[in-house]
Amino acid sequence: MMIINLLGVALIVMIVWWFWLYKPQVVSADNNTVTIVVDNGTYEPSRIQLAASQDTTLRFVRKDASPCAATVVFSDIDISEELPLNKPKDISLPPLPSGEYLFSCQMQMYRGTLIVNRNGE
Amino acid sequence: MQLTDNNVLKEKQIHSPERITYLRVHNASCASCVNKIEGALKGVDGVQEATMNLAQSTVSVTGGAPVDNLINAIKSVGYNAEGITDTSDQSVLDEKEKADEAYYQRLMREMWIALSLGVPLMIYSLVIGEMTVTTTTERVVWLTIGLLTFGVMFFAGKHFYVGAWKSFINHSANMDTLIALGTGTAWIYSMFVVFFPSLVPEMARHVYFEATAMIIGLINLGLALEIKARGRTSEAIKRLIGLQPKTARVVRNGEDVDIAIEDVQLGDLVRVRPGEKISVDGVVLEGQTAVDESMLTGEPMPVEKAIGDEVVAGTVNKSGSILFRATRVGKDTALAQIIEMVKRAQNSKPPIGRLADLISAYFVPIVMIIAVVSALAWLNFGPDPRIAFAIVSATTVLIIACPCALGLATPMSVMVGVGKAAEAGVLIRNGEALQTASKITAMVLDKTGTITLGQPAVTDIILANENNKSSVLRLAASLEAGSEHPLALSIIESAKERGLDFGTVEQFRAIAGHGVEGIVEGQSLLFGNERLMQEKGIDIDAYVEKAQEMAAQAQTPMYFAVDGKLAAIIAVSDPIKSDSIEAIKRLQKNGVRVVMLTGDNRATAQAVAKKVGITEYFAEVLPDQKSDKIAELQGQGEIVGMTGDGINDAPALALANVGFAIGTGTDVAIESADITLMRGSLHGLADAIAVSKATLSNIKQNLLGAFIYNVAGVPVAAGLLYPFLGLLLSPVIAGAAMAFSSLTVVTNANRLRLFNAKNH
Repeated sequence: MMIINLLGVALIVMIVWWFWLYKPQVVSADNNTVTIVVDNGTYEPSRIQLAASQDTTLRFVRKDASPCAATVVFSDIDISEELPLNKPKDISLPPLPSGEYLFSCQMQMYRGTLIVNRNGE
Repeated sequence: MQLTDNNVLKEKQIHSPERITYLRVHNASCASCVNKIEGALKGVDGVQEATMNLAQSTVSVTGGAPVDNLINAIKSVGYNAEGITDTSDQSVLDEKEKADEAYYQRLMREMWIALSLGVPLMIYSLVIGEMTVTTTTERVVWLTIGLLTFGVMFFAGKHFYVGAWKSFINHSANMDTLIALGTGTAWIYSMFVVFFPSLVPEMARHVYFEATAMIIGLINLGLALEIKARGRTSEAIKRLIGLQPKTARVVRNGEDVDIAIEDVQLGDLVRVRPGEKISVDGVVLEGQTAVDESMLTGEPMPVEKAIGDEVVAGTVNKSGSILFRATRVGKDTALAQIIEMVKRAQNSKPPIGRLADLISAYFVPIVMIIAVVSALAWLNFGPDPRIAFAIVSATTVLIIACPCALGLATPMSVMVGVGKAAEAGVLIRNGEALQTASKITAMVLDKTGTITLGQPAVTDIILANENNKSSVLRLAASLEAGSEHPLALSIIESAKERGLDFGTVEQFRAIAGHGVEGIVEGQSLLFGNERLMQEKGIDIDAYVEKAQEMAAQAQTPMYFAVDGKLAAIIAVSDPIKSDSIEAIKRLQKNGVRVVMLTGDNRATAQAVAKKVGITEYFAEVLPDQKSDKIAELQGQGEIVGMTGDGINDAPALALANVGFAIGTGTDVAIESADITLMRGSLHGLADAIAVSKATLSNIKQNLLGAFIYNVAGVPVAAGLLYPFLGLLLSPVIAGAAMAFSSLTVVTNANRLRLFNAKNH
């Protein structure tokens, strides 16, 4: 029983680490443009690095038919857009101050982060 | 020749609605390119007409030719081209509906696949007996059913597992994660029992294939019904988008030609016949008619339109035929901007939803941890068969938890609420404005243009010397000729009506909140209120009483002095809007403290306030003092709404908790306020507050329901009631509860569609 309990505790630690503590790889914007694929409940890439004070275009390609995926919301900068299925949708972002900006579906199940740095590094 | 070509084109466009394909052409920069490209396209089989717009580098091709053939034809003459996707709101909406319908059909198909196995298994377990593995025959039977269940998981639930895996490798977790883990755990445990029954205590040799199949079926059913219900939440925006006509009849080379709405250019002459929709915004050049603008403003009475009046896209021409010049096309029309604003607002969130967002973000991993803790608790402290109890409780916890209900609670209600407001001619900027509007305790109303029509007229002239009324009015109008103040306009209008000619004004100066001064024909003129006269040392003592009498009759008396002596008092009156009294009463009945604000003198303000049933007012307020009054009310603890027509009101509108811009007709200050009323009536304020309150109350019901469902459901699923009542939920019940919890949220939001603001 002790082993099972230890396994259970280890599983809990893994859940905490995997979903909350671990930070996935960050993708940088080339020429201020990033393509984000919306598929199977995720944004890929989900962590995107942008340079501060520059216009950026995010090109969303939604392959996920679920209506949950149909809207992307950038609540911090008051932008929300409908994403057509299997068609690219460009969203232009104004120059943003340094910081982290979440974007998500309406229900917060699909989640991504824009990381804006002063020098884009 | 030209006429013949146009006739042919007109004939084709009106009577043969062929497909029109739009292409963007690259590196074409000269007029000769146009001929080459058009010629090449006309040579393609199926092309009836090709017209290039060099300025926009686009070409429209009429006919049924494939896009690839068209692109190849353009390439053959040395240019590059690509198809342009139709990005109109209507086409985006059509595609969304098509995609939703296809997804709905898929989910229903998957639901039938899953339930066709799950239901017989459920009936077996309920009617015939326990689904246990004790004999070799049972092992073979359950293995077969296990493999069939795997088929269900693959064909009907694949999207859950793929979604869960993709989320997992991206370090995120969502509803798919919970369903995949729950159903996967039940299936893997069952298969383990089938393959290795001897490793499992005898009492725990139970299989749960029916749970896996039923959960997949029920959740697919819930998602399918949710899609249908969600479709209904966006009915208001669909209606707005549907107002946009697809074609316009423009005059080209003297002929009427029907063209696609996207091809209408600024300055085009557009003809609209009775019963037709107006295609773009413009100014009437010929004819007169009545236009039904109710779809945009909520105003039921048709509005008369004559030469010089504005018409807007989406409204319906009722009686006469008119010709107008297009002044705003495409995304610039008032309708397009309204659609854009409503869409933006529908997707924004009021602050009340932030806590739910925060919880949603951590919800799934927390539920996973609870499932592990629950399984460990059963294994350590539960009765036998512990392993079976542990598996059932973990599976049920994973399945019953519904992050979607929480996540949907706010956006679905906002979607319906903002749409509902738009139907009543109330444009709400965002979720925050919606929430704050529901809490307004005091409403400040600007008098001129808000309570009154904002169209003052001269009602009386009292002479103070030997001048006659016409010469006084002529001088006053000459002085005011350069001013755009509504009162000045009334003087000018009155002079014009009497056929008076105007002199030239020199050294004109407007003194904010006081009046104006200047020199006309060598005479030094002063025109303004009592304060101005006192400051300039003009003796008005003999006429103050008379002016007060005029003010007590809700007229605005203004003193007119010539060469340092009072010449006359000119009284101007601005009629009160027909429904202001009723609308103010409605606000007061709903517990809102109504306060009037005006730059007018105290006596006039008092008279107007009394007429409309307002007991509190601020009079003689200079334009830059308006925001001070808002701050004063906020200092008293009020949540203040400020309503103005946008003239001189910007700082006060910005400082108020909610700024309302009041429009007349479709002339709206869309960008200037938190909430824009598309019609002049103050009923829009009461409508806006009523819709906001109803929406917030709907959000609260949804949030509360979703919180209670999860907070109560998860512990019950974990078996918290088992020690006291012997109750442990079945995973199938959990699946049904989960599937219908989010459906309940969407259905509750849809109740708002039946809300009628006029009754509140």
